[in-house]
Amino acid sequence: MNEALLAVRGLRVDFVTEGGPLRAVDGVSFDLSPGEVLAIVGESGSGKSVTAQTILGLTRSPNARIEGTASLRGEELLAASEAELRKVRGDRIAMVFQDPLTSLNPVRRVGDQIVEAIRAHRERIGRREARRLTVEMLDSVGIPQPERRVDDYPHELSGGMRQRAMIAMALALDPEVLIADEPTTALDVTIQAQILDLLRRLNRERDLATVLISHDLGVVAEIADRVLVMYAGRVVEEGALDEIFYDPQHPYTWGLLGSLTRLDRDRPERLPQIRGAPPSLLDLPAGCTFRPRCPHAFGRCTELPDLEARGGEAAGHRDRCWLTPGEKRERRAVGGRIGLEEAR
Amino acid sequence: MARFAARRLLGMLLVLFAVTVIVFLIFNVIPSSDPAARIAGQRGATDPQLIANINREWGFDESLPVQYGRMMMKVFGGDLISYTTRQGVDEQIWEGVPATFSLCIGAAVIWLSLGVLFGYLSAVRAGGLTDRALTILALVGISMPVFWLAAIFLYYLTFKVELFPSGGYVPLTQNPLDWAYHLVLPWLTLAVIFVGFYSRVLRSNMLDAMNEDYVRTARAKGLSDRQVRTRHVLRNSLIPIVTLFGLDFGVAIGGGAILTESIFNLQGVGQYAAEAIANLDLPPIMAVTMFAAFFIVLFNALVDIAYAWLDPRIRLEGPAR
Amino acid sequence: MASPPNAESRPKGGSPWGLALRRLRRNRIALGSLGLFVLIVAFALAAPLWADRVAHTGPNATHTLERITIDGERRDVVSPDGTPIGPVWLGAGGRFFLGADGRLGRDEMVRLMYGGRTSLFVSLVAALITTLLAVSLGLLAGYFRGPTDAVISRLLDVIWAFPVLLLGIALGTALAVGGLQIGPLSLSSGSIWIPILIIGFVYTPYMARPIRGEVLVLREKEFVEAAVAQGAGALRVMLGELLPNLWSTIIVFFTLNIANNMLLESALSFLGAGVQPPNSSWGTMISTGIGLIYSAPLLTIIPGTMILLTVLSLNVFGDGLRDALDPRSRVRLEAHAGSFEPEEKSA
Repeated sequence: MNEALLAVRGLRVDFVTEGGPLRAVDGVSFDLSPGEVLAIVGESGSGKSVTAQTILGLTRSPNARIEGTASLRGEELLAASEAELRKVRGDRIAMVFQDPLTSLNPVRRVGDQIVEAIRAHRERIGRREARRLTVEMLDSVGIPQPERRVDDYPHELSGGMRQRAMIAMALALDPEVLIADEPTTALDVTIQAQILDLLRRLNRERDLATVLISHDLGVVAEIADRVLVMYAGRVVEEGALDEIFYDPQHPYTWGLLGSLTRLDRDRPERLPQIRGAPPSLLDLPAGCTFRPRCPHAFGRCTELPDLEARGGEAAGHRDRCWLTPGEKRERRAVGGRIGLEEAR
Repeated sequence: MARFAARRLLGMLLVLFAVTVIVFLIFNVIPSSDPAARIAGQRGATDPQLIANINREWGFDESLPVQYGRMMMKVFGGDLISYTTRQGVDEQIWEGVPATFSLCIGAAVIWLSLGVLFGYLSAVRAGGLTDRALTILALVGISMPVFWLAAIFLYYLTFKVELFPSGGYVPLTQNPLDWAYHLVLPWLTLAVIFVGFYSRVLRSNMLDAMNEDYVRTARAKGLSDRQVRTRHVLRNSLIPIVTLFGLDFGVAIGGGAILTESIFNLQGVGQYAAEAIANLDLPPIMAVTMFAAFFIVLFNALVDIAYAWLDPRIRLEGPAR
Repeated sequence: MASPPNAESRPKGGSPWGLALRRLRRNRIALGSLGLFVLIVAFALAAPLWADRVAHTGPNATHTLERITIDGERRDVVSPDGTPIGPVWLGAGGRFFLGADGRLGRDEMVRLMYGGRTSLFVSLVAALITTLLAVSLGLLAGYFRGPTDAVISRLLDVIWAFPVLLLGIALGTALAVGGLQIGPLSLSSGSIWIPILIIGFVYTPYMARPIRGEVLVLREKEFVEAAVAQGAGALRVMLGELLPNLWSTIIVFFTLNIANNMLLESALSFLGAGVQPPNSSWGTMISTGIGLIYSAPLLTIIPGTMILLTVLSLNVFGDGLRDALDPRSRVRLEAHAGSFEPEEKSA
């Protein structure tokens, strides 16, 4: 296995809020190999965005406390100074955000914002050269008539083109890692597919390691190599794409898979959903945080399970559930497919 | 852009018309007592012939539209006379314009530069001592009556300590240094009120902008804090200040000037109006109101057009409502 | 430790009013300002008490030719050259506490208190009028939209085109000469209701426009749709659904409006287009005081300081109110006084 490009160990992020201290991320660890696509999946509040933003130091504030390590090719990021981090941002790790309409400055031209990114890191590149590079990037992400679009304002572009422009801006400096935080959530379904195609193409052509964050396992299935499932700030399951989809070990993952509706199957009588709601991060249940919503909870669940590989099969496939592999195989079969059954 | 400007100017014409109607209503129609007697002012009490003349000239015996027409002709035809001072109103206003503009423009330059500076510092060091001190200063500034501050300056800085001249206006063309020297206190008086307000608005805009998504993107791109603050936060926060300035310059001209000029004896349009008010002499007040409102409406239309040029979103959606 | 398998964790909260009140109580500066304002109102309300028991004179009673005894010495209330006596403080048992107000020899302290009553009364009542007008117009324009909105908005725009002071002056002078008569309503030119109505009218667009804006947003929300679907008429929707959601905006605007009214009233009265004699307010007091600025500066400084303190206290409190009622969760930039250790969780 290649040496990890990005290695995160024991990431913990706490915030002080009006309602008290809350733990947004609790002991998250993962490796990202060169050229790999890692998906982080979870509901809102699961800590996936905070994890990503913390790696780039975007959550630093007097109200936040950050522990753990995150290193890019061995260089420590979490403890790095702002000046050092600035060199990493955009140049070695780039990030794309969810809503391109609000994530781009509305009163400045799109091209200007990309040129700004380029010249922030490559002072020797002149304005005209930077502009040429910008047009090239816009072209490479599939924006038609890039020489015209470069002078447009964000609201003059369609949603899909805006997101492409954001991606162009992120890749303008040829970074090693791209973090895409819910890049398709604000877009139409048809455009979603296009953007995912684009990300997959970029991943292959440029050997671009990608962290894809989403709440939608269906989106992730298109391009991910590995998947991290997060719940209430913790990783509850991780593994290769096939392992997660065909041999999921954690009831929350079953719930996520079960709630995916598919066109090639009979329509279920009721849309399956996971009962209850994610816990408030100010008031987490002790032990397994999923316990209150889990129909399979039993006595031992009041003790927090470690993240381990329990089946003895793939070492990279780990989960946080006390059930035995046998019990898991049995209980996840609901109505002919994988799901989280309602309580009997 | 041109279409937006045209639309805006057209709207402005309608508002100007409405302004003339309102002035007409206020002075000629609304109150109940004899309008001719009111316009005649104090002289009317001793001169019934005057009142009869006014009745005829202003058409008070005739229909409202005719009255409106007569009024418009008087105000814009240069025919308006103050019966109390027996002087033409338009000439008096014209003579006072340089002083009033000197006062307002000078004050505006000061309050804009200081307001932006203080607002920026407050936002950048939010929560710290500088911020708190500036916030207090700002709050005190907007809570002060302008004319009271003028009186305080007058007493302490021209009388107790003879640092500045106690009043009077020296034309710019006559002696620039003296012109400025006489205007320093009036400028500061007018500026103090607005500096506070502007620094708070900028501070608030900047703090809001700092939480916006595009600022997060800018940081994620690797821009330094200073670059993020100036190229994204400050730039976006200054745009609403432009519209605000348009409104406030009007407030300064149509309000602050009146209160400041009389105390410092600047012989501007404001002082002329203040004297007319004290005498309840209506024709000058009518004319000043009309011209001031006109100037402000025009100025605001220009400011709106500038705003649309700075914020391209406005051009598509039309003026913010 | 067993626990019910489906126990949901409940988020800490409460009604939005309770939350706002708690936040307000923590804001000591805002509470202090409210206290200051209450003190000033009490000061003004105490006017008759002071006038009767301590100063033994009224706000308009002149004492030009009198002499008073201060610590055994006889002094002129108004010296032969027209200079009024300065602050006597308690030297004459409280009479002429702040001195006399000029050639007329009136008790400045008594005038200050009565002037305060006038200023506060005008400002408060005008604010009520503005609020009433603004809320009604805002609701009507925002809810009905279409031609109703067009007419109301144009009306507000035209009033808005005039700077507040200028419009106040125009109305003030026109009505000061002839009084007001509209149908059954008849006010003489010296009535205190004239400045009240003028100030109330002039500030209406500044409150009506934001309220209209909020109504436009609120009416698109589902609870309004639900009410309409249940058969609620326009009036019930406006009063029952929209108005309750406008209270926080209204309260903040009302508080700040009182402050603005004080400044406008004092400016108008100072110029002579506001409160007319025999009534007096802090503004008229500054107007007479200015004439004696070099010989008796306190006559100008003191009423102005009262205005400053009143307006400041209202502005600070209004700010605190706005912060407390703001539902948007903002990143708090001040260092928080909380600890980082999560509390022990119970199952």
